Amino acid sequence: MRRVVVTGLGMVSPLGCGVEPTWKRILNGESGARRIESFDVSDLQTKIACTVVRGDGSNDSFNPDKWMEPKDQRKVDDFIIFGMAAAGQALDDANWHPESEEDKCATGTMIGSGIGGLNGIADTAILLKERGPRRVSPFFIPGRLINLASGYVSIAHGLKGPNHAVVTACSTGAHAVGDAARLIALGDADVMVAGGAESPISRIGIAGFNAARALSTGFNETPEKASRPYDKDRDGFVMGEGAGVLVLEELEHARRRGAKIYAEVIGYGLSGDAYHITSPSPDGDGGFRSMSAALKRAGLTPSDLDYINAHGTSTPLGDEIELGAVERLLGNAASKVAMSSTKSSTGHLLGAAGAIEAIFAILAIRDNVVPPTINLDNPSVETAIDLVPHKAKQREVNVALSNSFGFGGTNASVIVRRLVS
Amino acid sequence: MSDIGERVKKIVVEHLGVEPEKVVDNASFIDDLGADSLDTVELVMAFEEEFGCEIPDDAAETILTVGDATKFLEKNAKS
Repeated sequence: MRRVVVTGLGMVSPLGCGVEPTWKRILNGESGARRIESFDVSDLQTKIACTVVRGDGSNDSFNPDKWMEPKDQRKVDDFIIFGMAAAGQALDDANWHPESEEDKCATGTMIGSGIGGLNGIADTAILLKERGPRRVSPFFIPGRLINLASGYVSIAHGLKGPNHAVVTACSTGAHAVGDAARLIALGDADVMVAGGAESPISRIGIAGFNAARALSTGFNETPEKASRPYDKDRDGFVMGEGAGVLVLEELEHARRRGAKIYAEVIGYGLSGDAYHITSPSPDGDGGFRSMSAALKRAGLTPSDLDYINAHGTSTPLGDEIELGAVERLLGNAASKVAMSSTKSSTGHLLGAAGAIEAIFAILAIRDNVVPPTINLDNPSVETAIDLVPHKAKQREVNVALSNSFGFGGTNASVIVRRLVS
Repeated sequence: MSDIGERVKKIVVEHLGVEPEKVVDNASFIDDLGADSLDTVELVMAFEEEFGCEIPDDAAETILTVGDATKFLEKNAKS
């Protein structure tokens, strides 16, 4: 099979618009969690989220006008605008702007979302009830559909290769990276613009995840403390929003055009829990099998891993189950591996999480540093694995694995490695 | 331009994101102002909302230019 490398990165996150500002703040141990100001939270149990800071672009704020015309912005939900921004950044970073018909047809898109246009669906349902069907916009459907992030990116950049989108809840971003890499490996495309985008922060989104008892509710007065994976006081995840997009490219294609190569995608594993719609299987077997499959595909053993970017959402159940699965996987190698949850800083970006976290795994390799798990004051269980509490650590990172697990019992693991010729 | 003409122009500028000076009576929504078929559906809805009248589909099909919209609404506007 053909080899696949990463040549471009793009991101919109609660810590800033752009990959480098986000990464800098993660390494500084900052949190993107804050009080929700954009809608009434008085009757909601959760009043905080990791929101993207909108602005004119100064101080790393997100200026949507830079990525999509205002007349188009009002036709779509925010996840599409985030996806357009992250894809635009990633293509610029890769310096890949196909102009010939051949290059356009060799470049595809696979940007997914966990939920898609939740806000627009909620608002339009109210409009339909109050004012009737004649008031429903012709842009209602195309502005909410999950695959329209890929659709808009494909149209804006003239990408005529595979035009696809993943929908696997919180595993979406990881599945998109893995599946897009496979399309390249199998020859369906030479370049793929892949990742995830999500804009779930709304009254209906918070109410829904509150009802499922998934969100943190005990840190409304100290939002920066709320996302605390592995800590004994954790009480649920903190909802985030944004997008992560990677440009994946066939190795020789990247070399021929002299592209900067961040890392190689060498492993990808998938599995199903077949257990429960929202709870992970208590034995962690689904995560274990997804990581094992990724290692097998990569031709590596567990002791080859240097860093794991955990799914680690800060829920009471999930964190320890994942940790148990990783301990089972690593065996005696546990003490030489670092594993952290960057969701402690970014919150949980749901369908975008796997994409931004694959990017963090790649940056850990680039910079030989492992990002911290902030707020990890008192681990709820003992482990030989270094969970990198509070502060980033310099250490050699050549191989990194990123885990993503989603509702429905869907698991994905992606392994990236520093390019070796 | 009539009051209705000014209101039509304002809606077209807002919805299509075009320069106000391009929104002249004989400007075609699709050929001159960059609208697609969905944009024209939304424009008609915006006219209905602003002018408190219903524009049936067969009438909407004849509204191709800014002037067409103004003429129709001068006859049919209720608000």
